[in-house]
Amino acid sequence: MPGDFATEILGQSATKSSVEALRSELGLDKHPIPRYFEWLSNVFQGDFGSSFSGRSKVQGDQGDRSRLVVELIIPRLKNTLFLTGVSALVAIPLALLLGISAALYRNSVYDRSATGFSLITVSSPEFFTGYIFILLLATLFPVFPTIANVNEDTSLIDRFYLTALPVFTLTLVTMGHMMRMTRSAIINILSSEYIEMAKLSGATRYEVIVKHALPNAWAPIAQVITINLAYMLIGSVVVEFVFNYQGIGRLMVGSVYNRDIPVVQACALIFASTYVILNLLADLIGIISNPRLLYPK
Amino acid sequence: MTSNNKKELLLEMKNIHIDGFSDERWHKILKGVDLNLYRGEILGLIGESGAGKSTMGKAAMGYTQPGCKIIKGEIFFNGTDLAKLTEFEKRKIWGTKISYVAQSAAASFNPAHRLMDQTISAANRAKINPTDLLRKDAVQLYESLQLPDAKNIGERYPHQVSGGQLQRIMTAMAMSPRPELIIFDEPTTALDVTTQVEVLSAMRSIVDKFNTAAIYITHDLAVVAQMADRIKVLRYGEEVEESETREMLSNPKEEYTKSLWSVRSLIKPEETNNDYMLSIKNIDAAYGSSKVLHDVSVNIPRGKTVAIVGESGSGKSTTARVITGLLPQTKGEIIFDGKKLSPKLEQRSKEELRRIQIIFQMPDTAMNPKQTVDEIIGRPIEFYHGVKGKERETKVIELLKMIELDETFLDRLPSELSGGQKQRICIARALAANPDLIICDEVTSALDQIVQEGILKLLQKLQKDLGVTYIFITHDIATVKAISDEIVVMYQGKVVEQGLKSKILNPPHPDYTELLLSSVPEMDPDWLTNLLNKRSN
Repeated sequence: MPGDFATEILGQSATKSSVEALRSELGLDKHPIPRYFEWLSNVFQGDFGSSFSGRSKVQGDQGDRSRLVVELIIPRLKNTLFLTGVSALVAIPLALLLGISAALYRNSVYDRSATGFSLITVSSPEFFTGYIFILLLATLFPVFPTIANVNEDTSLIDRFYLTALPVFTLTLVTMGHMMRMTRSAIINILSSEYIEMAKLSGATRYEVIVKHALPNAWAPIAQVITINLAYMLIGSVVVEFVFNYQGIGRLMVGSVYNRDIPVVQACALIFASTYVILNLLADLIGIISNPRLLYPK
Repeated sequence: MTSNNKKELLLEMKNIHIDGFSDERWHKILKGVDLNLYRGEILGLIGESGAGKSTMGKAAMGYTQPGCKIIKGEIFFNGTDLAKLTEFEKRKIWGTKISYVAQSAAASFNPAHRLMDQTISAANRAKINPTDLLRKDAVQLYESLQLPDAKNIGERYPHQVSGGQLQRIMTAMAMSPRPELIIFDEPTTALDVTTQVEVLSAMRSIVDKFNTAAIYITHDLAVVAQMADRIKVLRYGEEVEESETREMLSNPKEEYTKSLWSVRSLIKPEETNNDYMLSIKNIDAAYGSSKVLHDVSVNIPRGKTVAIVGESGSGKSTTARVITGLLPQTKGEIIFDGKKLSPKLEQRSKEELRRIQIIFQMPDTAMNPKQTVDEIIGRPIEFYHGVKGKERETKVIELLKMIELDETFLDRLPSELSGGQKQRICIARALAANPDLIICDEVTSALDQIVQEGILKLLQKLQKDLGVTYIFITHDIATVKAISDEIVVMYQGKVVEQGLKSKILNPPHPDYTELLLSSVPEMDPDWLTNLLNKRSN
């Protein structure tokens, strides 16, 4: 990113000395490597530092409104987790249901239309899907609000109502991927000899899919679900922007704009660890669902 | 082997025509085959691969594989025409009235479920008995199939038991709902001879016990002779002949049937000498931390054939890997033509590499599917001899003639060849290097008997013409008789004995050799009975 917080906040008319003064006050003039280790050791102690913005220009002023990064992030993170969580609760069961049923009736009209439709939704970017929803469900038929404006006092029911469109958007962009993967993981397994054996021992179509194929398909399905969960959390950056939702994604975008590095770093750290933790979870599910790995010889 | 006085017809298949779709067109798999089976009777269905015997076996259930369809014919089971039933109606018969035992038990059990749940699933679905009774019954079946730890083995997962045990558990699974008919589809083909004997006797006694009718599908005449009351021979989707087992063995009518066991009549006079092409001395080898070869010493006389025999896991193929340098030994040395060979492949000279060639079991996986025959055979000619252009082409054609093929094959891909032709190309590729020693690793086990015979004859002819030395790794004693001069018997990574063919094959034997040799099925319907009597004494 060109420039830093000092040049950004003081504007183009700032004198060189005032920029220097702000820099030394924030510690931006120190060498990057010691600064990195200082930040790292603070992070390990749970201290993400203070936000650059909102601080008083006069030193020692009682009205210093600079806030701790943690304070700033936690409410936003809660909002984002709420949005992602609700979207996941809608998208995952729906995707599994559609994927399994598409595998069950593969090559039928239903299967073709479901896989075709999911291809369209996966290919459309969030802002496009989001604005289509706004156009349809907020402008032409005003059922839901265009802006998902929540604060700490908003009740749970209102939250569901306000976040409906962002949830729809996130569901639509992630569901297709999960559904298609579930379908193909199951269909892959359907050509195994043990599936033919199950058929020859009288198993119904439903049993073949749910009892015989699905348990062997969990590993790839878990993999794609967790990737999409991570994508929802991080992809919410765009959705939050579209619906002006006070989540961590919007905070990050705003902070990047201001070069408010401590906040950006904390957000990036949260996003990165989400990926790591969710992938670890997928691997664990892969092990638990496979008796070969769970019970060695 | 029950005598049927009543002769009540259980299954009657009339004029069965089945087509299969592959390579973008429909092929005829079965061309009007009839089949009758009486209650309590075992019918053997034999033929080479592609004869349609598996398709026939599945059709007896009214089932066809995806991509196949029944064009014509009637399948009366207990008087009902299965060909006319809906999927829903057939499912009520599958697994309960007719059950199926597949070739590869390891692939046919669902890896995600415990064996017990799979054993009783069909009977459970049909609610034949309460679950706990079915479980008890399954344990009894396990016991009568002589499975170890019958009480608890059902709690294991498929990967936790051996192939022979899985095959017996699958028989228990087929028997659990007490079906009227069991289809055995090559149930012992994937097993070692020593394991095969146990599985065969277990299957035979349980089918006998419940007087279940069965169709036994195999390509091995000696095996079917032990199991079946009657034998039907199929070829190219048509019936060749059918008769009582004893009659069929003593007096086959058709030329084709006679040729089916001709490979067993192929015999080579043994010769040996003390001029060793290769000797390996006190070799130890390991995969990671598990040691698989223990103090193995073998001498290979020049221009002769040494067969290494043993069951799977005995270390035969590992020995080959050590000789070729693919797996460096941890102890001992390899002397090749008087000179010591370095254990590691990378440290051997090009000349040393050229002189030792290997032919693998599966020609399908041993050739690059995207290369033509010309490229496959031409590459070692270029690589070892530096021959290019016209001269290279002449040499490739010469090699093709040597393996009894011709230049029309030059532009073909492996997928356009039959199993036997593929293996011939692999032989030509090994010959292209002009080697002194060829290691043949189970080269005929994936092939049909008649094709096997052709390959074995070819190898013998090449030895006579070129004086090449063979190490012949196999688990098939008939092949050993047909080709070897000397035999090495291996068991659990150790050499049990080495000697001239006549010495090894005739008594007295060490215990393991005795077990191995006596387990090889013979073309005598009483062989299994006699063997079991002998062993129990």
